[in-house]
Amino acid sequence: MTDRVDTYPTDQALGRSRITYGYVTFRKLLGKTVAYGGLCVILAVTAVPFLWMVFGAFKTEAQLFEYPPRLFPDPWTLEAFPVLFKAIPFGHMFFNSWKISILGTLGALVSSAMAAYAFARLKFWARDQLFIIMLATMMVPAQVTMIPVFVIMFRLGWIDTHLPLIVPNWMGWAFGIFLMRQFFLQISSEMEDAAKIDGANAIQIFLRLFVPLSKPVLATLAVFAFLFTWNDLLGPIIYLTTQEKMTLTVGIATFKGFNRTRYALLMAGATISVIPILVIFIIAQKYFVRGITISGGLKG
Amino acid sequence: MATAELAPKSAVSRSRRMRRLRENATGYLFIAPWIIGLVVFTGGPIFGGLALSLFDWDTLSAPEFIGFDNFIRLPTDERFVRSLHQTVYFTFASVPLGLTISFLLALLVNQKLKGVNFFRTAYFLPGVSSVVAIALIWGWLYDGHTGLVNFLLDLIPGVTPPLWLVDTRWSMPAVIIMSVWRTMGFDMIIFLAGLQAIAPEYYESARIDGANRWQLLRHITLPLISFTIFFLVVVSIIGSFKVFEQTLILTNGGPAFSTYTLVFYIYRHAFQQFNMGYASAMAFTLFAITFIVTMFQWRMQRRWVHYD
Repeated sequence: MTDRVDTYPTDQALGRSRITYGYVTFRKLLGKTVAYGGLCVILAVTAVPFLWMVFGAFKTEAQLFEYPPRLFPDPWTLEAFPVLFKAIPFGHMFFNSWKISILGTLGALVSSAMAAYAFARLKFWARDQLFIIMLATMMVPAQVTMIPVFVIMFRLGWIDTHLPLIVPNWMGWAFGIFLMRQFFLQISSEMEDAAKIDGANAIQIFLRLFVPLSKPVLATLAVFAFLFTWNDLLGPIIYLTTQEKMTLTVGIATFKGFNRTRYALLMAGATISVIPILVIFIIAQKYFVRGITISGGLKG
Repeated sequence: MATAELAPKSAVSRSRRMRRLRENATGYLFIAPWIIGLVVFTGGPIFGGLALSLFDWDTLSAPEFIGFDNFIRLPTDERFVRSLHQTVYFTFASVPLGLTISFLLALLVNQKLKGVNFFRTAYFLPGVSSVVAIALIWGWLYDGHTGLVNFLLDLIPGVTPPLWLVDTRWSMPAVIIMSVWRTMGFDMIIFLAGLQAIAPEYYESARIDGANRWQLLRHITLPLISFTIFFLVVVSIIGSFKVFEQTLILTNGGPAFSTYTLVFYIYRHAFQQFNMGYASAMAFTLFAITFIVTMFQWRMQRRWVHYD
């Protein structure tokens, strides 16, 4: 016999009549419609340029410049792909991009996790001062150090090799260290103490306790690191000269000619180059927002 | 008797000293890669760059010490002044615009709606493609005759759309719009993380007190994510002072130098004309500006950033 109204005790307490419930449902419905409408409009703004690229990969040059513009190709064609594979050393570039991004990401994660663990959990001389220095390096634009680093790479004989693009990633990544330290600080010390009593040393505690617990933040950082290395343009154009050693990002940029831009090739290349990022993102998605949220909403 | 007492004492202090030494060694072992990186790739090169800015060096002949000549030349270099001006313009337009939009997006996708995860992903994903791909596609979107932007603007009666990338007044706004589009998904995710860290109890108790939506936003949401806002403002300003790839691909600095930015100009001097000393002086000026702006924000944060 319980009336539905009973589920709204506060409203009843406020003395609202039955008519207001009709109004409330109407407002709720309106609110939802507005919310979904807004979401869809924004979706169009964010997605159209992206979809234009993907569908553009299956168009001819003439179809791309049709006016009025049409999103879907008609008819679909695969013409651009064989031309693309011949126009640039595609296989080499694709492999180089994977090699640099995977080794770079791995290095960024390993070195940052190590440093973050030390800053969060170990006691050593000048720890807090060093941490402040690390935060300060986050403020330094890479372009400031770009020229001296180039000189160092030149002296090391690393120009036109992939080393300048990989090795610095293995030397800690301030943003990653910062985010992971916040995460490590929140892990309860009870487990750590228990492990210590069992005779585990710092390295074992790090590897067997902290690394497995920090999967969400590691996954989030892996996406970021992969994204930055995969999409890096400045690094490869500064350090590499041989075309076969270039990355896919640089390869695609070469289609932007000074006289004529080869749009069909560009769309095809850009579409292929975005696939690995999508794959990495989808794999890590489960952890993605959680990885940042757990780090205390980036609190200091 | 005295010696008997002394022996265990020194043993204790020795073992404590040993333990402290071991702790220090472990700590430094863990941060060793970062320390090497600091010396070789970040901290060291900052001083290297400062030194280099006092030389005239074309990478082929020996560097020649010229004191502060590079810095003295800066204010008289019309293109440097213009690049600096355009970088500041870019920053002060794109950061407030981008952060406002991404905050609103985060509020929108923070609602409990069916399928909201799909929208979150869809908003975030476009920005993950390389700047190169994005800039090239926007190059087409902005095309005065066949591009989508002007096709849509033409549909609005009474609007004469600009020719964007070939118009010196509209080329920088075009770069700004594209940059906002690219970064808003990323910023939205960080805002979203901040929003999700707010305990729902805060809202519930405020609602019981009769607070409306605007009051909830103003007095609960904003103060509680003020650190996220602060973090994003700092990071975005640093990021936009470095704007480079967008202008390189979208406009190559043109038309008529209207999209020359500082890093673009530094890149030109350092790696195309090989004026390493002069380029270093510019890079250092950029660093000084970034540093001052960041320090200023750090000072100001006490007035509006809440820590709990």
